Amino acid sequence: MEIHLTHYLALSAFMFTSGVVGVLIRKNAIVVFMCIELMLNAVNLSFVAFSHYLQNIEGQMMVFFVMTVAAAEAAVGLAIVISLFRNKQTINLNQINLLKG
Amino acid sequence: MLQDFYYALPIMLASLWSVGLILIEALAEKASLTKIAAQLGFILVLVFCFVVPNESHAVFYGMLKTGLFTNYTAGVFSLTGLLVVSISSEYLNDEDIHYGEFYPIVFLSVVGMMLMASSGNLTILFIGLELMSIALYVLAGLNRKLDRSNEAAIKYFLLGAFASGFFLYGIAFIYGDAGSLSLIKISSFYESHEPSGMFWIGLILVLIGLLFKIAAVPFHQWAPDAYEGAPTASTAFMSTSAKIASFSALIIIILTFASILAKTESFTNVLAIVAVLSMILGNLYALGQDNIKRMLAYSSIAHGGYMLVGIVAANASGLSGVLFYTLIYSITTIGAFGLILSLERKQSFLDINDYRGLFKTHPLPATLIAVFMFSLIGLPPLGGFIGKYLVFSAAIEADLTWLVVVGVLASLLSVFYYLRVVLVMFLEHPNDNVQVTEIASLNTVLLILALLTLVLGFYPSPLINIAQKAIAMF
Repeated sequence: MEIHLTHYLALSAFMFTSGVVGVLIRKNAIVVFMCIELMLNAVNLSFVAFSHYLQNIEGQMMVFFVMTVAAAEAAVGLAIVISLFRNKQTINLNQINLLKG
Repeated sequence: MLQDFYYALPIMLASLWSVGLILIEALAEKASLTKIAAQLGFILVLVFCFVVPNESHAVFYGMLKTGLFTNYTAGVFSLTGLLVVSISSEYLNDEDIHYGEFYPIVFLSVVGMMLMASSGNLTILFIGLELMSIALYVLAGLNRKLDRSNEAAIKYFLLGAFASGFFLYGIAFIYGDAGSLSLIKISSFYESHEPSGMFWIGLILVLIGLLFKIAAVPFHQWAPDAYEGAPTASTAFMSTSAKIASFSALIIIILTFASILAKTESFTNVLAIVAVLSMILGNLYALGQDNIKRMLAYSSIAHGGYMLVGIVAANASGLSGVLFYTLIYSITTIGAFGLILSLERKQSFLDINDYRGLFKTHPLPATLIAVFMFSLIGLPPLGGFIGKYLVFSAAIEADLTWLVVVGVLASLLSVFYYLRVVLVMFLEHPNDNVQVTEIASLNTVLLILALLTLVLGFYPSPLINIAQKAIAMF
């Protein structure tokens, strides 16, 4: 079977949806963050597939930017998680509920 | 090529200056020095915004777009940056979080906003959005020893990164359909091609990402928590410039895709529903708040709704009205948050009841708060009135009278909670248990801000002219 653009896009959409569902139902901050990374990488797959299909290099260029941004985001995000854990001894999102109303 | 550097001078200078600030902080490790350097940088960027040419140019191979629109927005961003930096150092000292890093981070965030507002390519739009947001996540969690600040940061971070994912997926779809990331190439592609379903999905996803940053209902859940938990200096910055940057990006998208969007009504209808929900729900939630920071957070959601009315109208007067509104909104909101941070100490004095009888003990701060609250209500002759008037009259021009009726009714609702603060301060007796001293050195800055709201209320026309030209020359 030959693999077409639609196959890549379907895989990418599946990965993205898994990420979205994970963000919505998981309660561990690190796992939620991993699901967000999954979403970003699903988009990367789309970019590369489109880039190959369109014979246009811009999509692959974008992937590099996305990877860099994701790394920066991970650095800041994990720092926030660490400072949260130091203060509350938990990263369960259900127990992070001081602010409401 | 060398010409490009000249056209993009404000953004070039801002990028270089932010690197320089990091070096200054790393080498000298003196927060007060970094603060002065940051203020100087903002003033220089502000000056350069007036110096560089106002004609539209696509520079750096179409990656950036410069012109009056960029100069105007860059000016607003550096002004908000300058104000936030100027009001925050004493407050940060009091809270024991006067880290020198605060200033380079604010500066980097402003660079991200300027990139967003001058993007000629979706890559730049994404990079700018992320540069702005990642810096804001840090600012929200600046008070790292305080669990409320941690909570604000983690909520803002997780939901912000989640929305960035949608934004990026939208870009991927638009790229896949149009075959380019350059905004000019995309719009010229659709002059000869019919936009497919993929383009519309992409556009909606991009819109979700931006509406999230604006904190429009139903993408607003993070905003009250993040605004309440974050240090007030960060809140003043987050609630103003981040919103303006997203509105600038929205204006860029509306203007670039104007010919495509004119073919369909549904895009405007979706935005109109979001605007209505933001105006009504933002004001309704604000009615029930006792914490003044949380009240202003909901009020900022409602103000996002008013500005969206101008975006929905999508005509020249609506978009220029939004540009005017953004400036007056940031001046008043930074003023209001500036007074809150001048009065609050270690998470106390944030309840509206603490302000009881403030006029008798501290007449100047109380009067200034009243001025800012009246401007937020939109009472003439203050600047807030002109902003609302411009946006609403543009909507009537675009046959959206129902939207204006909803907007005016929602504004009426907002009178209750803004006036409540004023009445508590002026009519009730001081609470003897609560002792408070304001940070006196802030009074000059805040007085200037209050005068600016008055001046913009009496003589709005020069600024309106600039805003109209910025849209016309885009």
